[in-house]
Amino acid sequence: MLVSLLRRLIQATFVLVAMTVIVFLGVNVIGNPVDILISPQADQAERTRLIAEFGLDQPVWIQYFEFVKGALQGDLGTSYVFNEPALKIILQHLPATLELAVAATLMSVAIGIPLGLYAGLRPKSLPTRIIMAGSILGFSLPTFWVGMLLILCFAVYLGWFPSSGRGDTVTVFGIPWSFLTLDGLQHMLLPAFNLALFKTSLILRLTRAGVQEVMPQDYIRLARAKGLSNRRIVAVHVLKNVLIPVVTVVGLEFGSIIAFSVVTEKIFAWPGMGKLIIDSINVLDRPVMVAYLMIIVVLFILINLVVDVLYTILDPRIRLNAGRGR
Amino acid sequence: MSGTQSHNPLVTSAAKVEASPLAHAFHQFARSRLALFGLALLLLIVCAAIFAPWLTPQNPYDLMQLDILDGMLPPGEASMSQGFIFRLGSDEQGRDIYSAILYGLRISLIVGVISALTAAIVGSVLGLLAAYVGGRTESTIMRLVDLQLSFPTILVALMILATLGKGITNVVLALVIVEWATFARAARGTALVETRREYVEAADCMGLPMRSILFRHLLPNCIPPLIVIVTVQIAKAISLEATLSFLGVGVPVTEPSLGLLIANGYQFMFAGKYWLSVFPGIALLATIASINLVGDRLRDVFNPRGA
Repeated sequence: MLVSLLRRLIQATFVLVAMTVIVFLGVNVIGNPVDILISPQADQAERTRLIAEFGLDQPVWIQYFEFVKGALQGDLGTSYVFNEPALKIILQHLPATLELAVAATLMSVAIGIPLGLYAGLRPKSLPTRIIMAGSILGFSLPTFWVGMLLILCFAVYLGWFPSSGRGDTVTVFGIPWSFLTLDGLQHMLLPAFNLALFKTSLILRLTRAGVQEVMPQDYIRLARAKGLSNRRIVAVHVLKNVLIPVVTVVGLEFGSIIAFSVVTEKIFAWPGMGKLIIDSINVLDRPVMVAYLMIIVVLFILINLVVDVLYTILDPRIRLNAGRGR
Repeated sequence: MSGTQSHNPLVTSAAKVEASPLAHAFHQFARSRLALFGLALLLLIVCAAIFAPWLTPQNPYDLMQLDILDGMLPPGEASMSQGFIFRLGSDEQGRDIYSAILYGLRISLIVGVISALTAAIVGSVLGLLAAYVGGRTESTIMRLVDLQLSFPTILVALMILATLGKGITNVVLALVIVEWATFARAARGTALVETRREYVEAADCMGLPMRSILFRHLLPNCIPPLIVIVTVQIAKAISLEATLSFLGVGVPVTEPSLGLLIANGYQFMFAGKYWLSVFPGIALLATIASINLVGDRLRDVFNPRGA
């Protein structure tokens, strides 16, 4: 267990190094930041001084090593726009995104698993058909369009929920949170639902497929033969086996929820990382883009690791070093 | 699956497939009414896109045909200067939304189909190669696949487009880079099973060149599962392209896809001018949903046990 965990950690480090190279090179190809940073009125001496100050006169690989050296010390460069450490800016925007992503994940699990169970247990019934057709709709609806419709319905026409921002926040440990105030929750509901829609369909279909795979198994028949109540069979024997792939997907998809929050945050003007990165791309704020990607990469590697460990706890038959065999 | 062979749908369907594969596949397909509806809708959409110039009252990109006096008309209003009715309303420049949708549909479909097909070709070739050659080639390719798939599509596409800038070619390139890994993984999976079959062994023994084994023997047997994935990936590509265009990094303003049309209408939505973004959205939804319906059914037909 420990050895395989170590091996995964080494693998993760390799991925991290590879990604720093790709991200750094990729982002450094973009445009010429000199034009954005330095006003056109500046004279040549001023330009040279500023270029040297930002280290933009160095060859790319020296810039890269400077970047890695800084990154190891927690310094991912200074934002051209905010004139503050990029990491600090990202971390300031992280809680809002995390909050939204967690809310969306909880929502998709709370809706997806019960509906999936129902659809799996009663495959022929009318509600199941509606649920399954609905899930195709959930896959097909483009997130950004649904977000706009939600705003149109609930914010513009009905006026039930606000259309943008985080609302009132409560500061805990120096970080503002929305989910602790009623106003904040009201602001969160629409974007969280918007973000959850796709994942709900995914979890629903996964649960249904799991139920259909588990139900004909011998141990279910045995449980029935033992005279266990239907409720116990579903709640213990079926659900536990169905949950294995679902947990994996929920974990793995958490990263993708954070990534897709780019869209939702833009529509609902939610002041998280996603909105920040779009704004940064538009003004070519390279340090912020690099810092954002680095944070996301670390986040993903962590998520993958946690999912692997959780997996072994849920299903002792799988050993870590055997790979997940997706 | 129970052990009794007589109830195994694979056996019975395999027997019929030998009679007439295409007809049988269609027969299987048509057993779902929802899927048939999806197919009909899809055909309708494709035809509408192809014949757009004959079906629309104006060319929405031709500025000469636009009249600023016709701007912001709600659905059903007649044009001030020209003799047609804005069935789905008009935008701020007097562009007919219905015409813009059909032309936008063309861009969306072209981008989706070209990128998915290119990704399918690149991905399946690499996947087949990985499965057949094995060794270091395989581990290199599959590492790349793992790396690619561990990052969300939208993020990778966003970064590529931020690097390269807007443009249809760049969007297609970004979508191909995002999608090839899915095909590579699927193709390798199927090909791994197939390479162990006797016919590949026979081809090997006959000393056929690798190219011929890969493309004339392995590839045809790996096609059915790939067809399903292509269908689904086209829908994904269209959706992703729309999202990227909405975020402002996709297709240029001069050739608006459905996503860009929706984005253009976004600013007017708060004023209750719903038609600018709702109708293009419905077109986009209908396109993606119909492709998904067809793909879903194809999966059931090609792979009765479910993927």
